[in-house]
Amino acid sequence: MTKQRRPHILVTGAAGALAQRVINQLRDHCDLVAVDFREQVYLGDDIPSYCIDFTKRVFEDLFRRYEFDGVIHLGRIQSSQLTRMRRYNANVLGTQKLLDLSHKYGIKRVVVLSTYHVYGAVAYNPALIDESAPLKAAGLSADLVDSVELENLANIYLWRYPELNITILRPCNIVGPGVRNTMSSLLSSDNAPVLAGFSPMMQFIHIDDMADAIVRAYKKPVRGVFNVAPEDWVAYQHALKLCGCRRIPIPSIPPVVPNLILKTLKLKSFPSYLTAFFKYPVVIDGRAFAREFDFKPKRPLKEIFRFYRENKRPV
Amino acid sequence: MSLASYLKSKLIPADINEHINRIRKPIGSLGYDPWGYNNEVMKYGFSLTRQIYEKYFRVEALGVENVPAEGPVLIIANHSGQLPIDGLLVGYALASREQQPRIPRAMIERFFPTVPWLGNLLNEFGAVLGDPVNCAKMLANNEAVIVFPEGVRGSGKLYRDRYQLKRFGNGFMHLAMKYKAPIVPVGVVGCEETIPAIANIKPLAKALGIPYAPVAMPVVLPAKVHLNFGPPMYFDDLEIPEELVTERVEQVKAEISRLIDKGLSERKKLF
Repeated sequence: MTKQRRPHILVTGAAGALAQRVINQLRDHCDLVAVDFREQVYLGDDIPSYCIDFTKRVFEDLFRRYEFDGVIHLGRIQSSQLTRMRRYNANVLGTQKLLDLSHKYGIKRVVVLSTYHVYGAVAYNPALIDESAPLKAAGLSADLVDSVELENLANIYLWRYPELNITILRPCNIVGPGVRNTMSSLLSSDNAPVLAGFSPMMQFIHIDDMADAIVRAYKKPVRGVFNVAPEDWVAYQHALKLCGCRRIPIPSIPPVVPNLILKTLKLKSFPSYLTAFFKYPVVIDGRAFAREFDFKPKRPLKEIFRFYRENKRPV
Repeated sequence: MSLASYLKSKLIPADINEHINRIRKPIGSLGYDPWGYNNEVMKYGFSLTRQIYEKYFRVEALGVENVPAEGPVLIIANHSGQLPIDGLLVGYALASREQQPRIPRAMIERFFPTVPWLGNLLNEFGAVLGDPVNCAKMLANNEAVIVFPEGVRGSGKLYRDRYQLKRFGNGFMHLAMKYKAPIVPVGVVGCEETIPAIANIKPLAKALGIPYAPVAMPVVLPAKVHLNFGPPMYFDDLEIPEELVTERVEQVKAEISRLIDKGLSERKKLF
């Protein structure tokens, strides 16, 4: 009698804290292979880990060698990392290669991590944006084009190759221990810039809850695009206050002034192309995902902010 | 006692604190809802509006019990007076009523979210960007929503056009039908006299990116305001052509016109 084969899963973005949380949740029941565009990380003897550019030919060897059943694509280079060109190559061309190989090698389940940034922060945004809303981010800044194109690409494959069972997740701000994105570095800093007179509503999800959401999504092969956000909201400046950050106001009108200041300062945690997100709200509706995947975040906002208050500048 | 809590105890009387808490708005763990409403800030707003409502405009509200105690409802009123004072007063009338008060949401002009401080403050008081998606989601959330279908056509009109209803948009009727929300018409009398404008400098408004630039005295006059809430109007959700929807909108407009005439006949003096 043959032993039932454990699912083989490729997890991208392995150097990130989120991927490592996902790997830890899955490693007992699945055979995982971790890859990252940026660096090679050690994840234990049982998990092969590679530093690979997805656009290179050797990437295909992993598909031949490990016979994957599923792909969890978390390796999106964030808009604060690398140059625009390299990010475009990694996010758009890299993802295209990944999806092509997934199709060629008969992958049955693909989960792609996107971001709520794709909706774009504009003054006329309604609250509780649902998945069918237009993606306005590309019109805001060329630095967000790759995020939108990654989504479009995944969407094309979603409909063209239904057997891939692609699910695209658009989470709100992922924060918590180990997270290195712009929002997390703002919350963990002593002084955080704000646009004077603007405190948009924001949503935050704890990294453990997000890992849980990804694992749930992977386990239930429902195709589609889903927002992932808890049903709790807070104004940006209030969140900073709860994290013990001193708020440094930047003049906000006319709009060229903050852009000019931020372009000059070149703050990594408050880049000029994300200015709009600190001015206008992008509140997404995560209820469809919660219903479909029976998902309920466990960590309340107060707990998330307490962590940042008590761990200024985490190692 | 910290300065903040001392000020709070002075500015927010205990009865207001309890009154707002009793309404139990659906909010998250930090007191906000998705549109930015904040329970604590609302208490300050309520306390300040009470003074404006009772002492400055000496509002007389009739028929406020016509707004159902629960479920989605659209409160449709005439718009006037350059600033959205009418929305504030209609909202306060409903939030302060003795029996089953509700904190309604006012749909505001698209220009407000771009104004620093003011945009956020209006959101915290429950005002929401006037977008059909917002209105639909709020009705689905069983909210009472105040809509001025005239929009800036109404609020920006000149003193010589006072109490003449401008064109009503049809959007509110579509939403009322889709979400089976009753419509409570309101006739607002008095706000036309708060900031009488004699002209509108259109090029200046365009240059500043604001809806209108009225020529008016830089004060808000203490006109006495009469609010007349009419009985709720119900419309079925049948698929009907747009011209029939317009007919229904005209019915609401006629009712508001009747309520305005009622208020004008009840009014004894302007101030």
